Amino acid sequence: MAEAVIEFRDVSYHLPDGRAILRNLNLDVHRGEILVLLGRSGSGKTTALKLVNRLLETRSGDLRVEDRPSRQWDVIQLRRHIGYAIQEVGLFPHFTVERNIGLVPAIESWPKEKIAQRVEELIKLVGLHGDVASRYPHQLSGGQRQRVGVARALAAEPPILLMDEPFGALDPLTRTDLQREFLSLQLKLQKTVLFVTHDLREAMLLGSRIALLEEGRLVSVSSREEFLASPDPLVKKYVEAFGTGLECSDKRVSP
Amino acid sequence: MNFWHFVVQNKLEIADLALEHLWMVAISTLLAVAVGIPLGILITRRPGLRKSVIAAANIVQTIPSLALFGFLLPAPWIGDRAGRLAVLALMLYALLPLIRNTYAGIKGVDHAVIEAARGMGLTDWQLLYKVELPLAASVILAGVRLAIVISIGLATIAAAIGAGGLGELIFRGLAMVNNNVILAGAIPAALMALFADTLLGWLEKRLSPPRPA
Repeated sequence: MAEAVIEFRDVSYHLPDGRAILRNLNLDVHRGEILVLLGRSGSGKTTALKLVNRLLETRSGDLRVEDRPSRQWDVIQLRRHIGYAIQEVGLFPHFTVERNIGLVPAIESWPKEKIAQRVEELIKLVGLHGDVASRYPHQLSGGQRQRVGVARALAAEPPILLMDEPFGALDPLTRTDLQREFLSLQLKLQKTVLFVTHDLREAMLLGSRIALLEEGRLVSVSSREEFLASPDPLVKKYVEAFGTGLECSDKRVSP
Repeated sequence: MNFWHFVVQNKLEIADLALEHLWMVAISTLLAVAVGIPLGILITRRPGLRKSVIAAANIVQTIPSLALFGFLLPAPWIGDRAGRLAVLALMLYALLPLIRNTYAGIKGVDHAVIEAARGMGLTDWQLLYKVELPLAASVILAGVRLAIVISIGLATIAAAIGAGGLGELIFRGLAMVNNNVILAGAIPAALMALFADTLLGWLEKRLSPPRPA
């Protein structure tokens, strides 16, 4: 059995008004896999993600990162250990691409040459041309911004990545490009990835395993093949909503 | 005697008073910045304090300026010298635009940017000085600009308590029923306000975060 890097044990999350967003979530994310958290809006998938890097605090249950309760981590150390990419990207508009990507290495006081080298390497890695380095975010296309977002998340070489619909706001062609590239990147980098999406196609393309959430409850965790064949009515509903043409074995090179 | 004659004849006194005026405005604005911006930042961190802080600054703003100068007269140390008193009163008036704009500027920073920054592991301080303050700079500066323009106007009233400045000429002119004297105080004050406004407007533009043209 693969080693669990992120472990949810009976994790629940309630809003201040008492509404339950997550109920008794039990889930492991293994080293080197892409675990896709699939679910419709409001299913609690983003909440689960934010509990990992403590943008939200786990108050009930036990969440462990690298075999240590997340509460015992120094929160800043924890976050620098985890890359974070979100749909809105959130690039710093007053920084060039170069400074955006190099920010965490800079505050971790890497030497200047090492940062410059790392930034250059990352720009190439995410399939961008070197001359974007000196541009500002508003001078980039949506796809380019997302690539910079991914590069920034990878900058300080975190072993874990949290991704919240990072390709969600892109047009279908660009999205497919980025998904494919991310997949081949992952083959090289072997990060532990927790990936949130509502898009089953994306889940089928990227996921080593797929976890379906519905109203804060985990419905199932399974491989892609098992997911499509699942008799569970909630899974079936989800699969049917996306219609035909879903396949899983072909384009993806299994790690 | 026409207006120009009067100005030329009294150019040294006018320059002196203008300098005094500028000095009052500069000191009070510096103090207001030193108090107002941290207060504005504080209420972004402690939302519970926001209402009371803004309300207090609002109330100060509603006190007529002559009355405020009067209220402060009995204050120890402050009341000893008219200049101190004027500076304090001007500072109090400048607080509201500074607190408000600092708060609004920081709150106006794109939520996704803040979330990404926190998710990347920036400390609260790093978030503040690397992300929030630079991105709020132009809005904060707009507050400084407003505060200065208000102060330049208000400082003319400080002459009523003997703090000097260009108001001195205005009050003297009023007493003498002499428009030339009034204008010799009012026009330099207006020019000063216009000049400060233009200069800070230019700075504000330069500090705006890069955006598509």
